[in-house]
Amino acid sequence: MPRRPGTGGRPAGPRRSFELVEGWGMVVAAPSRVLRPRSVDEIRACYQLARHDGVPLGLRGTGNSYGDAAINARGHVLDIARMDRILRWDRETGIAELEPGVTLQRLWRRILPDGWWPRVVPGTMFPTVAGALAMNVHGKNNHVAGSFGDACLQFDIVLPSGEVRTASRDRDPDLFHAAIGGFGMLGCFSRIVLATHRVHSGKLRVEALRGRDLREVMDLMESRRATADHLVGWIDGFPDGERSGRGLVHAARYLEPGEDGEPEESLRVGYQERPTSLLGFPKADLWRLLRLLNNDPGMRLANAARYLAGCATAAQNPRLVSLAAVAFPLDHVPNWKFAYGTEPGRRGLIQFQSFLPRATAHATWLELLARCRGERLVPYLAVVKLHRQDPFWMTHAVDGFSLALDFKLTPANRARLFAHGRGLAETVIAAGGRFYFAKDLVLGPDAVARFLPPEDLQRFLALKRRLDPEGLLQTDLSRRVLGKVAAGTL
Amino acid sequence: MAGLALGAGSTQDDNPAAMTANDTATRDADGTPTPAAAPAGARHALVVGASSGLGAALVRQLAREGRRVAAVARRGDVLADLVRDASAEAAAAGGAVFAHTHDVRDTDAVPALFEAIVRELGGLELLVYAAGTRPAVGRTEYDTEKDLDVLAVNFGGLVAWGNQAAQLFRTQRAGTLVGISSIAGNRGRKGHPLYGASKAAMDNWLESLRNRLAGEGVHVCTIKPGYIATRLTAGLDGLFWVATPSQAAAAVLEAARARANVRYVLRRWGVVGRLLPLIPSFVFRRLEF
Repeated sequence: MPRRPGTGGRPAGPRRSFELVEGWGMVVAAPSRVLRPRSVDEIRACYQLARHDGVPLGLRGTGNSYGDAAINARGHVLDIARMDRILRWDRETGIAELEPGVTLQRLWRRILPDGWWPRVVPGTMFPTVAGALAMNVHGKNNHVAGSFGDACLQFDIVLPSGEVRTASRDRDPDLFHAAIGGFGMLGCFSRIVLATHRVHSGKLRVEALRGRDLREVMDLMESRRATADHLVGWIDGFPDGERSGRGLVHAARYLEPGEDGEPEESLRVGYQERPTSLLGFPKADLWRLLRLLNNDPGMRLANAARYLAGCATAAQNPRLVSLAAVAFPLDHVPNWKFAYGTEPGRRGLIQFQSFLPRATAHATWLELLARCRGERLVPYLAVVKLHRQDPFWMTHAVDGFSLALDFKLTPANRARLFAHGRGLAETVIAAGGRFYFAKDLVLGPDAVARFLPPEDLQRFLALKRRLDPEGLLQTDLSRRVLGKVAAGTL
Repeated sequence: MAGLALGAGSTQDDNPAAMTANDTATRDADGTPTPAAAPAGARHALVVGASSGLGAALVRQLAREGRRVAAVARRGDVLADLVRDASAEAAAAGGAVFAHTHDVRDTDAVPALFEAIVRELGGLELLVYAAGTRPAVGRTEYDTEKDLDVLAVNFGGLVAWGNQAAQLFRTQRAGTLVGISSIAGNRGRKGHPLYGASKAAMDNWLESLRNRLAGEGVHVCTIKPGYIATRLTAGLDGLFWVATPSQAAAAVLEAARARANVRYVLRRWGVVGRLLPLIPSFVFRRLEF
């Protein structure tokens, strides 16, 4: 039977497939039907399909959350990445109106030649704007620019009822402040309006600094708080004693008009692109080499080498580095996570990121690092950032610091690593800390209730019950951290 | 990496992420992963175009090896006979055979059927696309509808099933897709224009898919048979190097296990396959085969 004429071979309704859906860290994975809508009507159709099958629906962008934020083992998954048109771009005002599945990569490539850069980006360019907004991601400029939600002017969201609602700081502010950072519990974004940042060059002026211990790293970051647009600390988790938390700080600032003699050159997309090979070796296969180092002795060596190399770089201050290279360090080596293993659900990494106020951060993290070494579960990568508060109800942001620790998970250490993570979380909560749903994989419902201000959590849950009484929108994350509240009748 | 274990000695499903029929419930994230609850010795395979010839032989062979096999074909009655015969052997070896009636031209139906089959099998690591048609074409016949129908069966169906398999296999970073092409795709012969063109399209598409998925733990294998004693060749004169269906099925599974890129069946056809492109056009157009 030949195809129906005039349909272009396109079946009605959203595209679907059946896949193993995993978290970015590869530690959790579940098979699901994945639905890929291309319009608001098809988003509604996805809601109806899930209802028809009597299962909840999980929202997913490009799956860059480390944990279980975009996994739904009990039902279907709505993947928004096919709705990826840039609806409007105003090069005078720097305002972009986007479909939800536009990636940050697509956004910066479109706006940089006009002299603009996204206000907030995480360490990778592959997330969608919908995912970035739902998780309220942050970047290395969090202390200045705030979170991704702070750069959002307005959004449209398809509620579980099918109604499309527009929200901004003035219009439906409750929905605005709850859905941003609300990890896809209230509806599916269908249009996002973002403000962007004017740049006068495609380069940043970067200064590298050495800290001999955690105190020095954090003090260096504080000292650059007022002058640096981007600020990130890296620490070596292996040394103990006086050198515990030794590391490097990179402070970068945007260039002023005139500082870059040839801005047209550095604003080109091609200038920002990174070479696909390193010394003739294809970068796509570099992770295979990294895998050889992906063990305690190898990573002890790699971290030490990085520290020493960083000390040498510090002698060349300041350097001019492309925006993309500074903003997206996680993209330097494609698929580097495969160094942790390539078996979904079995091997991978857990990132434990805690956010602490200034007063307790240093002492708490020294204790955490010591416990990691004591347990012989040492993080292979540890990153420090400076933060400021934001107005979103479910936010992780604090006026203080964050420390992100990457742990290798294997079938042998799985249970022990989760227990270790939960233990660390208790210490962080006791110190007044918070957690980030794009990363977390260890918290339980009581933990969330203890670190989020009760009034924020309660009004979020009340809104969830009002907008989604049947509990249509769920993920493994929501069932884990919100418990029965999110489940509704489904 | 959980690769495909086609050897008869495979007794353990070591891919914890593999789906089991009812394993869609949440597992505690920190729960120690357990092997899929499939019967010992079972792996999961899907054969499209299973009612006769090579496809049927593949189902029988996989059943004998104790795998859980889904057999998909258009002719439900023939399929029922096959499943009846193969089920007993499968059960004896710890496997099972499931039948699904489906016309590969109905590509809209593929996503739902694919999902139902993977859930039923409890996972999938091997998909063989063996559906094919080769209608006789008259010397003066230029029939668009008939030609495009050949393309739909031989190539359209492969794309529909292959795309579904590609998405599952790449996300589980394991799996093998096998396409049964033909040596007929190597040159444009006078006799069966769309059969040859559809096989050439298969070759190119399968190679593309192989290259796209190579870094993601997925293998794509192109099988190029010469002659196999099936309905397509019944009653033809002048055949040589003819493989029996079971001989060909064994060769296909061996090629998949060995992660061969392109494998001729019988292998000696590879010599012919490589020589064919070297024949100049003015000579080739005078050949009658």
